[in-house]
Amino acid sequence: MIDEVRTMPTAVQPQLMRWSVVLPGLAALAVALVLPQFANAYVTEVATTALLYVVLCLGLNIVVGYAGLLDLGYAAFFAVGAYTSGILTAEFGFNFWLTIPVAMVAACVAGIIIGAPTLRLRSDYLAIVTLGFGEIVRIIARNLDITGGASGLIGIERPEIFGFKLMQVQHFYYAFLVLALLTAFVCLSVERSRMGRAWFYVRYDEDAAAGIGINRVTAKLQAYMMGAVIASVAGCLYAAKMTAISPESFTFNQSLLILLGVVLGGMGRIPGVVLGAVLVALLPEVLRGAGTYRPLVTAVALLAIMLFRPNGLWPDKRV
Amino acid sequence: MALLEVRDLRLSFGGLKVLHDISFSVEKGAINSLIGPNGAGKTSLFNCLTGFYKPKGGSISLGGRPITGLPPHRITALGLARTFQNIRLFKEMTVLENAMSGQHCRSRHGIMSAILHLPAQRREEETIRTAGMRWLDFVGIEQHAHRRAGGLSYGDQRRLELARALASAPELILLDEPAAGLNEREKLDLVDLIRRIRDETGVTVLLIEHDMGLVMQVSEKIVVFDYGQKIADGPPEAVRADPRVIEAYLGTEE
Ligand SMILES: Nc1ncnc2c1ncn2[C@@H]1O[C@H](COP(=O)(O)OP(=O)(O)O)[C@@H](O)[C@H]1O
Ligand SMILES: [Mg+2]
Repeated sequence: MIDEVRTMPTAVQPQLMRWSVVLPGLAALAVALVLPQFANAYVTEVATTALLYVVLCLGLNIVVGYAGLLDLGYAAFFAVGAYTSGILTAEFGFNFWLTIPVAMVAACVAGIIIGAPTLRLRSDYLAIVTLGFGEIVRIIARNLDITGGASGLIGIERPEIFGFKLMQVQHFYYAFLVLALLTAFVCLSVERSRMGRAWFYVRYDEDAAAGIGINRVTAKLQAYMMGAVIASVAGCLYAAKMTAISPESFTFNQSLLILLGVVLGGMGRIPGVVLGAVLVALLPEVLRGAGTYRPLVTAVALLAIMLFRPNGLWPDKRV
Repeated sequence: MALLEVRDLRLSFGGLKVLHDISFSVEKGAINSLIGPNGAGKTSLFNCLTGFYKPKGGSISLGGRPITGLPPHRITALGLARTFQNIRLFKEMTVLENAMSGQHCRSRHGIMSAILHLPAQRREEETIRTAGMRWLDFVGIEQHAHRRAGGLSYGDQRRLELARALASAPELILLDEPAAGLNEREKLDLVDLIRRIRDETGVTVLLIEHDMGLVMQVSEKIVVFDYGQKIADGPPEAVRADPRVIEAYLGTEE
């Protein structure tokens, strides 16, 4: 019936690879690959933290930037991963690598428990519920024996890979670099797929999305769960690096910091989010010289960025 | 058996009765119109048909299947698509991405196959993209495929809403005032497009429209609403001559 329209001009491929993104990306990657060879232990340590934030911000970006949901308790999933891995290795002698799938499942279950009832409601409720969830997870961790209470969990095993034990900060630097690259690849793949587009449809107009056949509740739930899984994997590696974790690493402040990274860089697209994450990790270090004025200087710097670049440093220009 | 059967449909908001026992049907392959003064309940009826409003009573069936009370995305998947009275595009996305959105319910690959870049997933993406382009071509805006949807002219935004709805492969398409805000030239093109939707794709059309000339020109049957009640239902000539219609609608509007 509509065969004549099949002879339409073939779809012009949109520019999937923009040089303005690819070149800085490659340069950043090259620097990242050789950094520990030149940097001292302190710089490598800070860079490792930056990579951790890259992973966490990319994960939260799926929830906030893609699906447009405000999550104020994202650190809870980071905690679920860290504690699952920590407890399994320290108390039950699990191999580190085996704890990762367990942590992912735990994060999925937690994500469904929080998300399934809440995501049916209008989006504002999610902010409140996730805020509460973040606190609940931290308070549970403070009060259980198995999590080590307020003083936390110690003696977490260092992971081994092909007989090589990850010990030094450089080792963890590269482990986090691999995780960050993997996460970026995963995000990029999903962003350009049917489900990724569905998240953007829901973010831009929920009713129109429902009207063209998208189940908004499952779309949101999938974004929320995928974000949860990424944070949990980051948590596993974080626990292995620290060998000791305590509830104070997973506070509301932590959730806010991750959210700040997402918003600061320009939520939505990967380059901006990576930039924001690095900034969130570096800012406190760069401003060390400010001494007791550090919080003030940080606040002023953030305000300045928000004033002059309200859509983030590297905004999400979709078209 | 009609494609769309509406039986005794009732809707109210608090004490306000918006629809009173509405019954009518749309035959497969038809172009039908729904007219009535502002506030008569036309858009509310569309919202009931597409699952956005839950009716207080009555039943709706599409192709013999009951769809009363189903959520919007299930109704779309069953073959009922719509456009909105106030255009509701994904303005920040490309024109093509908007058109591709209609294909969501006709495809199935999820997160895992996207991460693994499975060949079947790549093929499906290609199908979705091709379908999006086909419908952009059908409504005549394929040259704008990679532009921002919000940047299109008003008339082209209306066309894009149509392309998006058609991309969901519907049996029945509901158009809520598609000619609103269009100039005479664009209205003529719209009449042509509505006919092509039915003639070339076989999709049944039900439209809400204020432009009487346009309605009389394209519809085989017209349903007339006033104050939430159906006051007439029949071919254009009969409706035009109906004294109740003249009093309620045509008499005041023209
Ligand atoms: N969500 C709603 N809540 C309350 N009243 C509504 C709602 N939607 C529609 N109405 C009322 O229903 C009546 C019919 O509106 P509508 O269906 O938009 O009319 P039409 O499309 O024929 O102009 C109006 O009185 C309107 O105020
Ligand atoms: Mg209306």
